[in-house]
Amino acid sequence: MLRIENLSAWYGEAQVLREVSLEVATGEVVTLVGRNGAGKSTLLRSVMGLHPGQRGTVSFGDRDVTKLPAHKRARLGLGWVPDDRGAYATLTVTENLTLPPRVGPDPWPLERVYEAFPALYTRRDSAATMLSGGEQQMLALARVLRMGARLLLCDEPTEGLSPLLVQQVGDLLREAKKHGVTVLLVEQNLHFATGVADRHYLLAEGRIAEAMDNSEVRSRERELLAYLGI
Amino acid sequence: MSGFLQNTFNGLVGGAFYALLALGLAVIFGMLRVVNFAHGAFYMLGAFGAYVLLAEAGVPFWAALVIMPLALGLLGMVLERAVIHRLTRLDPLYNFLLTFGLTLILQDLVKSRYGVQSSPYATPAELSGTVDFGLFDFPTYRVFILGFTVLLCVAVWWVLGRTRVGMVVRAATERPELTRAFGIDVGRWVTPVFGFGIALAGLAGVLAAPMRAVNPLMGADLIIVVFAVVVIGGLGSIFGSVAAGFGIGLIQAWGEAYLSDFPIVSQTVVFVVMAAVLLWRPAGLFGREEAPA
Repeated sequence: MLRIENLSAWYGEAQVLREVSLEVATGEVVTLVGRNGAGKSTLLRSVMGLHPGQRGTVSFGDRDVTKLPAHKRARLGLGWVPDDRGAYATLTVTENLTLPPRVGPDPWPLERVYEAFPALYTRRDSAATMLSGGEQQMLALARVLRMGARLLLCDEPTEGLSPLLVQQVGDLLREAKKHGVTVLLVEQNLHFATGVADRHYLLAEGRIAEAMDNSEVRSRERELLAYLGI
Repeated sequence: MSGFLQNTFNGLVGGAFYALLALGLAVIFGMLRVVNFAHGAFYMLGAFGAYVLLAEAGVPFWAALVIMPLALGLLGMVLERAVIHRLTRLDPLYNFLLTFGLTLILQDLVKSRYGVQSSPYATPAELSGTVDFGLFDFPTYRVFILGFTVLLCVAVWWVLGRTRVGMVVRAATERPELTRAFGIDVGRWVTPVFGFGIALAGLAGVLAAPMRAVNPLMGADLIIVVFAVVVIGGLGSIFGSVAAGFGIGLIQAWGEAYLSDFPIVSQTVVFVVMAAVLLWRPAGLFGREEAPA
């Protein structure tokens, strides 16, 4: 579904990604863990086509999308859940949800979104930035589900959420996975990560340092948490 | 009392021009992050175009009111494609140099052909005379300007606030990069939005022709105040630019009527208001701090 080969990226002079190669198969949920500044967000932005200084190739499905602008990648089925949640202040909740075109084979109808997120329904005519942090996170996820995106690029979707909401995000991602949606997830919460993901990559100083499965992450949780500085 | 009402009405009519020009500047700045210093020149071209159409081809006011905004909107779109779009990747200083340079070129082109003297433009016959409001009479043409501008602002407000096109423009204005990530080709909207802003300036120019002196510098005189209006309303804020346009029109008219013994005060009051607003709210009355991309 997603194949990244020898991806390098720079911010000005500083190189933040060094020859990263990884693959995510259809229906897989894969996490990227790593310290702050390891290049996780840059990797997601590069896949989305939003990071200009980069080298290497990104393929989606059987198509090389390296040269495609962000809006065309989105139309192929990439859904971005940005780390700041990407709520528009000048759009209502409903407008935030319906702004992106439907791109995948299985977009959620608005009614289904509101059934799954009653809190969004009650605030549907409010400006999206008036929502609580947790509600904005739900909105960001609901938006890519309504798009029908086939690959979700989620940048720390559980950051700052209450345990109850973290569980809800997990349920949603598992549900999406059941319907064949692929997820590349940046995540610091290892407990959450092992609950939803199939595999994990540890990113360190812009490189893939290790690839791990769930049991490995669980058995090394203490060591990894110490490394991540949490 | 009737004097006060008359001054107020005059202020609203003056404000209508500020509102139309500031509205165009706001949508252009919102979408392109370009401050269009040439906006006053397009206003002048609107008025001059109406004058030339009537004097040299006998085209009446009503036709000019349609032709000039369309023609200037088209010219704006060509200029956007040819030069303006190159500004996005450059230092803001180039924004000033290019659009100010455009102003000088357009002004001098008109000057070299028609000179600097003001040309008269007759009020269309249908709109001559006055309307009796009981307490005072008011020129029909000014009533028309006010009504027409208010309708136009409401229409723009409706399109931006209630339609899919407006939603896309709002999203692209607020967070261009995020909006591209949601499958919207933001670049495709830039040229028509620029053309639309220029068309509004041209329209304001046609409306101004019968009541203001038509000359090559008429835009340069007006645009300074319009920039104060835009700053007060909040750069890029649609509602702010319209509200501040009418507000400044009123303040100016009252200042001229009641502070005429203190010309220094009445001529600078707009800029004093601007400085006060900036101290109190640096982003303008209705502006928001820039959001991260």
